[in-house]
Amino acid sequence: MQTLANPARFVGLANAVLPFVWVATIILFAIGLYGAIVTSPPDYQQGETVRIMFVHVPAAWLALMVYTVMALASAVAIVFRHPLADVAAKTAAPIGATFTFLALATGSLWGKPMWGAWWVWDARLTSMFVLFLLYIGYMAVWQAIDEPHRAALVARIVALVGFVNIPIVKFSVTWWNSLHQPASVFRIDGPTIAPSMLWPLLVMGLAYTLLFLALHLVSIRAEVTARKIRQMRLAEIGER
Amino acid sequence: MSLILALIRRDLTLAFRQGGGVGTALGFFLTVVVLLPIGLGPDQALLQRLAPGALWIALLLAVLLSADRIFQQDYEDGSLDIMAMGPMPLELVALAKAIAHWLASSLPLAVAAPLLGFLINLDPAAILPLALAMGLGSVALSLLASIGAAVTVGLRRGGLLVSLLILPLYVPVLIFGVSASTAPGAGPDIATPSLLILSAMALASLVLSPLAAAAALRSYLK
Repeated sequence: MQTLANPARFVGLANAVLPFVWVATIILFAIGLYGAIVTSPPDYQQGETVRIMFVHVPAAWLALMVYTVMALASAVAIVFRHPLADVAAKTAAPIGATFTFLALATGSLWGKPMWGAWWVWDARLTSMFVLFLLYIGYMAVWQAIDEPHRAALVARIVALVGFVNIPIVKFSVTWWNSLHQPASVFRIDGPTIAPSMLWPLLVMGLAYTLLFLALHLVSIRAEVTARKIRQMRLAEIGER
Repeated sequence: MSLILALIRRDLTLAFRQGGGVGTALGFFLTVVVLLPIGLGPDQALLQRLAPGALWIALLLAVLLSADRIFQQDYEDGSLDIMAMGPMPLELVALAKAIAHWLASSLPLAVAAPLLGFLINLDPAAILPLALAMGLGSVALSLLASIGAAVTVGLRRGGLLVSLLILPLYVPVLIFGVSASTAPGAGPDIATPSLLILSAMALASLVLSPLAAAAALRSYLK
């Protein structure tokens, strides 16, 4: 853990791991999409539109997971005051925002044929939209504060305060009567979804997770490099 | 304790003597309430249905309008540094300033809301639940605003960022506030589940937001 916390070593490790992560991501996406588009049957009620699920549901999972990663990294940054944790939280935000947007957009495309409306203000959709706003606000803090060190201190608090929303999103379909269907995969009494649809969904979920891992590693590497360049520029100015 | 009271008294004196603060928020509140029937048309039944939601939105926006001023002046003139060095923990300073903001900006609005409700045909049966819900909800609004104000205190253009950061936190207050104000069979049992959740949110923010606000202030005071 301590050795990993060294940015240079971390970049070295990321370089070594990344090719494998990318290959695994592509293979899992290929299997998952094959299962989603070819082998899984059309739903008896929804017909072919059910296939939107294989894009929509993993994106929503990742939207929550990435924020959790961000909040965890911020908590680690508060406790151990390590810059790499701040970098991890900062670089996770745009990826998470993209997943949230993807979940909202595909949900909207799915909602039109199923519910007859692009958007409904019910608990799940509203809390998901709030999550999107939280990501935007978090990124805005990094943008608005010029000095990176101070921005990191403030951003940690913003990320942790926003974490309140995550359980609300997760349980919104249980707590309120919602148009959105309740959880059907992660349940205490086992999934209520047909196995022929479940396995492509889980493979897609795994593929999305690996995609996030790959993108996150790339952007951490880019951020570390950007900071190094900044330091070198400052040093150069200092020498003049 | 006396330090907290002294700080609250100081902030209240500043807020009332300077003018602007309380007046602007109330004026804004009045403007929204007056413009609403003009924009929506004078249909009494429609206005009655919209009234609690409209009053809540007006309250929320009026609180947001004054939110970025909670710590700004004291940060700029250096009083906040003195307070941070003083015997009182910064958490309590943040709490005191949030309470002062509540007394000076949010509470007057919550009190005025049922009166302004007459302008938009608020259901008389909803007056008591609305006043109660707004009284409780405004505590949460002011405390949450203090987090946003603390996070953006050192920024030149903090106003927009405050709105963006605080808006997500205001959504649950708005949802439960409106549903506590429109309780149809309010009758004898005024403590509807929504009102209870609203008070839970007010209490939770009473504990958590001074911590968050003080942590944010510290990062600027270094």
